[in-house]
Amino acid sequence: MEDFTLFVLVLDATLRVSTPLILAALAGLVSERSGVIDIGLEGKMLGAAFAAAAVAAITGSAWIALAAGIGVSVLLALIHGFACITHAGNHIVSGMAINIFVSGLTIVLGAKWFSQGGSTPQLPHEGRFMPLEWPGAEAVADVPVIGPLYSELLSGHNLIVYVAFLAVPFIYWMLFKTRFGLRLRAVGENPQAVDTAGISVFFLRYRAVIICGILCGIAGTYLSTAMGASFVRDMTAGKGYIALAAMIFGKWKPLPTMLACLLFGFLEAVAIRVQGAELPIVGQIPVQFIEALPYVLTVVLLAGFIGKAIPPKADGVPYIKEH
Amino acid sequence: MAGPMGTDIPRWANVVVLPIVNLIAAFLVSGLVVLIIGENPLEVVQILIWGAFGFEEAIGYTLFYATNFIFTGLAVSIAFHCMLFNIGGEGQAYIGGLGITLVGLHFGFLPPIVLIPLCVIGAALFGAAWAFIPAYLQAKRGSHIVITTIMFNFIASSVMVYLLVNVLIQPGSMQPESREFGEAAIPFVHEALAWLGVEFAESPWNLSFLWALVCCVLVWGYVWHTRWGYEMRTVGTSPTAAAYAGISETKSIIVTMCISGALAGFLGLNEIMGYHHRLLLHFSGGYGFVGIAVALMGRSHPVGVCLAAILFGALYQGGAELSFEIPTITRELVIVIQGLVIIFAGALEFMFKPQVEAVFRWFMPRRSAAAPAE
Amino acid sequence: MAPAIKLVGIDKSFGAVHANKDINLNVSAGSVHGIIGENGAGKSTLMSILYGFYKADAGDIFVNGEKLNIHASQDAIDAGIGMVHQHFMLVDTFSVLENIILGAEGGALLRKGVDKAREELNRLEREYELEVDIDALIGDLPVGLQQRVEILKALYRGAQILVLDEPTGVLTPQEADHLFRILNALKDQGKTIILITHKLREIMAITDAVSVMRQGEMVAHRETAKTSTEELAELMVGRKVLLRVEKGEASPAHAVLEVENLTATDKSGVVRVKGVSFNVRAGEIVGIAGVSGNGQSDLLAALSGITKVTGGKILINGKPFVGGPPQGAADVRHMGLAHVPEDRQRMGLVIPFEAWECSILGYHNEDECCRGPVIDRPKVIQESLRKMEAFDVRPQDPNLVTGNFSGGNQQKIVLAREIDRDPDILLVGQPTRGVDIGAIEFIHKRLIEMRDAGKAVLLVSVELDEIMSLSDRILVMFDGHIVGEIPASEANERILGLMMAGINPDDDEEAA
Repeated sequence: MEDFTLFVLVLDATLRVSTPLILAALAGLVSERSGVIDIGLEGKMLGAAFAAAAVAAITGSAWIALAAGIGVSVLLALIHGFACITHAGNHIVSGMAINIFVSGLTIVLGAKWFSQGGSTPQLPHEGRFMPLEWPGAEAVADVPVIGPLYSELLSGHNLIVYVAFLAVPFIYWMLFKTRFGLRLRAVGENPQAVDTAGISVFFLRYRAVIICGILCGIAGTYLSTAMGASFVRDMTAGKGYIALAAMIFGKWKPLPTMLACLLFGFLEAVAIRVQGAELPIVGQIPVQFIEALPYVLTVVLLAGFIGKAIPPKADGVPYIKEH
Repeated sequence: MAGPMGTDIPRWANVVVLPIVNLIAAFLVSGLVVLIIGENPLEVVQILIWGAFGFEEAIGYTLFYATNFIFTGLAVSIAFHCMLFNIGGEGQAYIGGLGITLVGLHFGFLPPIVLIPLCVIGAALFGAAWAFIPAYLQAKRGSHIVITTIMFNFIASSVMVYLLVNVLIQPGSMQPESREFGEAAIPFVHEALAWLGVEFAESPWNLSFLWALVCCVLVWGYVWHTRWGYEMRTVGTSPTAAAYAGISETKSIIVTMCISGALAGFLGLNEIMGYHHRLLLHFSGGYGFVGIAVALMGRSHPVGVCLAAILFGALYQGGAELSFEIPTITRELVIVIQGLVIIFAGALEFMFKPQVEAVFRWFMPRRSAAAPAE
Repeated sequence: MAPAIKLVGIDKSFGAVHANKDINLNVSAGSVHGIIGENGAGKSTLMSILYGFYKADAGDIFVNGEKLNIHASQDAIDAGIGMVHQHFMLVDTFSVLENIILGAEGGALLRKGVDKAREELNRLEREYELEVDIDALIGDLPVGLQQRVEILKALYRGAQILVLDEPTGVLTPQEADHLFRILNALKDQGKTIILITHKLREIMAITDAVSVMRQGEMVAHRETAKTSTEELAELMVGRKVLLRVEKGEASPAHAVLEVENLTATDKSGVVRVKGVSFNVRAGEIVGIAGVSGNGQSDLLAALSGITKVTGGKILINGKPFVGGPPQGAADVRHMGLAHVPEDRQRMGLVIPFEAWECSILGYHNEDECCRGPVIDRPKVIQESLRKMEAFDVRPQDPNLVTGNFSGGNQQKIVLAREIDRDPDILLVGQPTRGVDIGAIEFIHKRLIEMRDAGKAVLLVSVELDEIMSLSDRILVMFDGHIVGEIPASEANERILGLMMAGINPDDDEEAA
């Protein structure tokens, strides 16, 4: 029984740590499906996390914070779009630049505005997305098996967690069941085909990049105002890259990408649990080993040892048209 | 890397004028950031320049940082010539430091004249080894080298934390760092100058700087004057032409990445052997990423890389001075500038090309149309 | 009745290249109108302007008598213009249906549009002999079917005017005939068709009227019934074409290249060369004719060591050769074989390199280029200059970036490099593609000189004229096989054409 409770707690933690990964991975997925490589997920999340926490600290409103987070992230996404779409710049260089730029700027501005070495003050409850209790969660908590599953695992998360999981079917629907999705996928595979069909390649890609910005914005807001209660310097700590890895692991498909995020989230949750603990048979597992596992798995996948990960054909290829 | 548009302006303008225009744009936006913080950009510039070059110690520090950037900048540059984007300089530098440490700790009994070259070889081998795996996977299994090198940065970080915390840590110490191995120290420049009877202020600037310059010459020779460099550039520019010419793409990719990794690995010469004299957590401190900015600014040419490295070294040192003089500005302002330089000199490389061309056309009589390409 | 299309004074430049000069064109409604011209004459540019892909610098477009401002492809589509591009504009990972509805989905959600599209497509397919499985993935379809999808795509959008850009380049003659039947059916329904081609045969076979372009200019308009192949050919190139190159009798000696039952695959592992046997003797030119894509490129790649031989034997000067990366293409050069590749831009040259650098491509490891690992730059540059003089490359500047030379001069740089080594065997692929007339003559002369000097030359070309005028013997390739061999003296377009379609001309004669 105790093992089961522990298991539920780990799963519960998995959901919490997976949330930003899912949002960011979906963001990357939409962008790359349109042909824009985005290694700037990290920077956009970080920028959003800072903007959200800063605004929440000043206004005390979680919703205005969310708007700020999304706003900043979309702005960064547009800069990426300006470089990659309008000016046919190198997508990787641009993404890299945004990551570096934001990691510096958040600290410079944070230090100036809040004088806490780059962090923001602790946020009040109203400035955060607080856990939502589901009806009857309290009542069933003691029922064996179902109780903990319902009250711990399903209930008691904040709004953004649910949004993240609902975003998965939504993005799937958008990509595969709508006109916009058809065109978006086409532009990532063969932009010329889209252009000759009388559709603007640039506008489509810009829209994809903006969606990417919105999702990263939500993810960043989650980090500083829902999962945490303030902004801390470099708080994304590589999550953007893990999300990128999860997207590749999910082969640029929404559902598998979510599963990859859950896997990587689970590893992180386990890593926290087993730190220093003696396990049966294997003994003590170095926590660094579990931390590195998502990266190792992604490399192994990319090497073609677990299926083949084929990116959209025009991913990262600028569309240049002479006039 | 030639631009997507035709070359209407003289080549030197493309190579010299455009980067300078881009740099100015990056600085202007940085000035905007300073304004937002509420400080005077001109004052900031003044302090930056003084802080970087104003006194002997400052120059020492500037060139100390520049040494790091020459190594990582060359690493990224040489990979660019093979059309490979090595984002893994950070990890390769980190693991290269491990190579130095292992040699330094185990062969400390050897005289420096033997030990130091051994350490150099250790750095090169370990850095190259860490680049070899992504290179092999790219060449043989088609995995995208950008993604694998990113992943390898994180893996390197985990490996090094593990080793420092569990294996290399000094017994009884709480600090995750190795013991000092002073025997493998590279002399400081002020020491070396003192032997010659010249007095120079103390700074971490050490003789790795000379090795960095030698590396510049070696890279220049390799890329443009050897048949291996010729093969590498052919593979980088046109893989189909390489196949036609009987050049092995696999070999070029792997060799280039190993050289790139070795160059990145040399970062440890400067940081560990030249300054700290022991292995520290995160000693690579983001210098690997700055290498990307340096390579882009320097147009992947060793001379450009040197100039860009000195520029970034000055920014680092000046930035430190700056945060000292104006407490409201943290030294991360330098990272902001660095990001902006990458945006303007890298991602928006050709944004100002039409304008620059227009200016040139204004001054030059239009040449008669050359034989057009098909 | 107003013409379906009327172009007035269309002008377009790309940088220094003046692609279209003051073009006027009238296409009557309900006709098949051909536009003919050599590669690079400006045909495709003109049609891209009509389709809104490029914007003209000057000039007006009238569709059915109405002046139109075409800024983007959508404007052209709205005006009832459909285009089948030379390189298909299809998404490989999409189904046929998805490709067809792209841009004409009929609503923000896909489902309703898809159902309607199915019905409409069924109707179109029946009406015009355009059968294709609409749920198949594009990437799985052969090119002939992909082209049908392109036509369906245009018709589905309600195109009344259909532009086809070099539609038969990738087709076998039978597929081309099928295409022409489709086009005739479309014409009977009152559609207007513009056919862009450089093949005279097609113009004569199907068009009602023809316009000729040369070097960016529209030089003539003719009614097809009132013109002849000879006249059109002359108009295309601007003077009498020498269809026959001056050459003496060949005096072939021993075989220097022997190929026995050779099989070879392409990059993706598909078998493209299916057991061919032939030999080339010293002092003769052997031509390989065939519709492009029937294994010629893969044969060249195998012979030159770029890809690995998967079956059979290659003997070069009597020595067996297997090839394949990484060493094959380098080894074969030492065995006395030189190769002028089909695609000089992507294979024969490195376009951003300087000319002198390209002049050692493939020979950069030879002792005369290097001192140890270091390339002897002054010597190589000097040699490069000498070769440029010998082959009349202009401008004679080894330091000029290769991309700044014209097509003909680029080809001469390749030729100079390969011939200068005095090889025993020369493989030549499409030697005059995209090359101006003057350079064509020069190149042809050089190849015959090679032959007369006792070298073996294997020539692969899709231009029948070139094959017939240069070769001493002609082999025809079809679907990876060599389906026939005839002496050049007995060859004519009809016989070769049938063989290229995989039909034995003798059988055909009997049937007729």
